[in-house]
Amino acid sequence: MSHSDKPLDPPSLAERDALAREFQRWLPAEAVLHQPEQLRPYECDGLSAYRRLPLVVVLPDTVEQVQQVMRYCAAQGIPVVARGAGTGLSGGALPLSNGVLLSLTKFTRVLDIDPVNRTARVQPGVRNLAISEAVAALDLYYAPDPSSQIACTIGGNVAENAGGLHCLKYGLTVHNIIRLQVVTVDGELVTIGADSLDSPGYDLLALMTGSEGMLGIIVEVTVKLLAKPESAKLIMASFDHVEKAGDAVGAIIASGIVPGGLEMMDNPATRATEDFVHAGYDTDAAAILFCELDGVPEEIDDDLERVKQVLDQNGCTRIRIARDESERQLFWSGRKSAFPAVGRISPDYYCIDGTIPRKQIGFVLTRIAQLSEEYGLRVANVFHAGDGNLHPLILYDGNQPGEFERTEELGARILEACIEVGGTITGEHGVGVEKIDQMCVQFAPAELRQFHALKEAFDPHRLLNPGKAVPTLARCAEFRAMHVHGGELKFPELERF
Amino acid sequence: MAVELCEAVVQAAADGTAVQIQGGNSKAFYGRETAGRVLAVSGHSGVVDYEPSELVVTVRTGTAVSALEAALAREGQMLAFEPPRFGDAATVGGVVASGLSGPRRPYCGAVRDFVLGARIINGRGEHLRFGGQVMKNVAGYDVSRLMVGALGTLGVITEVSFKVLPVPVRDATLRMALPADLAIQRMNEWAARPLPISGTCHTNGELYVRLSGSESGVAAAVNRLGGDAVDDAAFWESLREQRLDFFTAQTPLWRVSVPPAVPPLAIEGEWLTEWGGAQRWLKSPLAVETIREQVAAAGGHAILFRGGDRSGPVFHPLPQPLLALHQRLKNAFDPGRLFNPGRLYEGV
Repeated sequence: MSHSDKPLDPPSLAERDALAREFQRWLPAEAVLHQPEQLRPYECDGLSAYRRLPLVVVLPDTVEQVQQVMRYCAAQGIPVVARGAGTGLSGGALPLSNGVLLSLTKFTRVLDIDPVNRTARVQPGVRNLAISEAVAALDLYYAPDPSSQIACTIGGNVAENAGGLHCLKYGLTVHNIIRLQVVTVDGELVTIGADSLDSPGYDLLALMTGSEGMLGIIVEVTVKLLAKPESAKLIMASFDHVEKAGDAVGAIIASGIVPGGLEMMDNPATRATEDFVHAGYDTDAAAILFCELDGVPEEIDDDLERVKQVLDQNGCTRIRIARDESERQLFWSGRKSAFPAVGRISPDYYCIDGTIPRKQIGFVLTRIAQLSEEYGLRVANVFHAGDGNLHPLILYDGNQPGEFERTEELGARILEACIEVGGTITGEHGVGVEKIDQMCVQFAPAELRQFHALKEAFDPHRLLNPGKAVPTLARCAEFRAMHVHGGELKFPELERF
Repeated sequence: MAVELCEAVVQAAADGTAVQIQGGNSKAFYGRETAGRVLAVSGHSGVVDYEPSELVVTVRTGTAVSALEAALAREGQMLAFEPPRFGDAATVGGVVASGLSGPRRPYCGAVRDFVLGARIINGRGEHLRFGGQVMKNVAGYDVSRLMVGALGTLGVITEVSFKVLPVPVRDATLRMALPADLAIQRMNEWAARPLPISGTCHTNGELYVRLSGSESGVAAAVNRLGGDAVDDAAFWESLREQRLDFFTAQTPLWRVSVPPAVPPLAIEGEWLTEWGGAQRWLKSPLAVETIREQVAAAGGHAILFRGGDRSGPVFHPLPQPLLALHQRLKNAFDPGRLFNPGRLYEGV
């Protein structure tokens, strides 16, 4: 069992003070937080159901300070959790009560924009959207656009391999960065990747991306910038059954078109967002599909006709095409604000992030509906249909005793349904603390052992974000034991290891 | 067959003998010299799963690249990164292990950008599965992509899932006479505009540009760019397979990777530039250090691609902390140092 799994005694105030004083010897006093009321804002990330106060929070603003923090923590054996804007949805930035929370929010500078090579070198605390804004005048942009892009930072995007609405065509974070500066657990500064398209040796850039702060502290990111598409058109199609909408998604792609965006919302999600943004959504439809075509205008016109045909053939009941840019933005605004919109119709909601083969969309949605009924909890579905990435939102009331626990269990069963059809427990939100038990379902012990060995190549004493992302084998053994009820496995059809 | 491969690895681990992983042996020229018993993977072949509407194909790594590409072509799809085969025997495993991509790479992505999942046998003879068959997957570390370009030093890759893309409806090639510096400038200007470019190459004082997309999209771009439209699909195939005259000489061939807009480098030799300026081929008899020093100063790295001393530093040397990390990663996957020892770096 790793030390992270041991129950920890809450630190005494004296311990906090002593550690804070140590950091204040070489960090500005205001860059070290240790009073409980100062620590409170850092107790959780976007997954607010999990909360914990860190030992201290440090807010360095130079790379040298980050190196110094790491050197000190490595020497003292103190675990470190890195954090950007704290918008993550899987508890990846949940603090450790015996650990330092390393906030990178002061790293907000765009260091260099290279319009000719089409790259931007930025600090990790730069917000996702701020990159595109900084280069907008050059008609360039940074493609990955997670729905939290106003607030989330690029460092966090790299740590989670964030996606967005346009990744079917333009890729995820891993496809859109070329170079990182990383501080290792020992405080060494290393360059991973290069300003050229590739770099010698192993693809450590891919390995760092989505590693959830477990391998190093990202202190600089060089992103690729793309030419803004000349124009874009958005089609909104209604369906009287979610399965038909799911089939239409596969049919569009099979027709040889790769849309810039291909998104779907079911009826509960459509109603909630319509009340919120008044975009004129078809609230009678069982599902609406958003299909965005972008590129040169001539090409869009060709593809538009083909998409309309495919939608008709797949039983779409109504088609609307955004008349102009402002209507296109309006149509998207609902999809982008689906989470807050759902937040208005329920005291709490819990977002799931499974990804499945597209052909299974109909099947899994039906399964989710059954589970929703079984647990007596409403579910609204918004998803990146083109990628098969589902975001079921479970509506619950955290003030009702036992309701959060039921919600978590429902979420776990939805994820297990995703694995069952050949999918994965997380498409873009990461494992964090949230899905750590489902990792035991998705991976065999030998695979988990390989992950641990890999981690130790970077972090031999497991000080970087310990206890997240990859479960210990002991934890998995316990989890599997809990899943056996009366001698029967809960999911007898699943492979067991 | 996978079981036999696992057994062979377990046996090699027990004997403490190194193995050379071999598919079609078409890229034996690439990388450093290695030694050991040959572990043949080419018998482990066949498409495991292919659903065109999912844009995903899962294939055993002993499958011939040409067979996979033919299966995709029947459904109007392709490996968009256009891997060079360098021979009919080339296998999918070699494509992944070498990590080499073709002309479309800067505009569409490299091998690693299209790998969704992989099964590997590690140095303990364990058959492991990472990633998957879906477009987005952040469960666990991205071990599948780590295999790309690792030259088999971390494990025997047995199965890979790729994202595939539809073959564009239309391709067109434009040719214009330009010196290298202007060609590089032009390629980068175009890349900053929303044009459907799918290949660029400057050789012998001429710039070739390939456009791919819908009929109307390509026609519009051809009008905008100008130049002579040439019917020359064969040119891109010859470039991809290094069958152009430029590649036939016996002089050592260097692959130079630099930020795309870097002006022509003043290194003596003959140059062919592709990938919008990001990949440059150099035929030069100059010393390894001389070439590397200038390339590094331009923010790039240089690989001794063909010929020259295959026991020396074929790949650009890594800074010490990174080399140490490579060695620890090697150890994490292959503690007995069985797989292709030294093919990438000495001690890795």
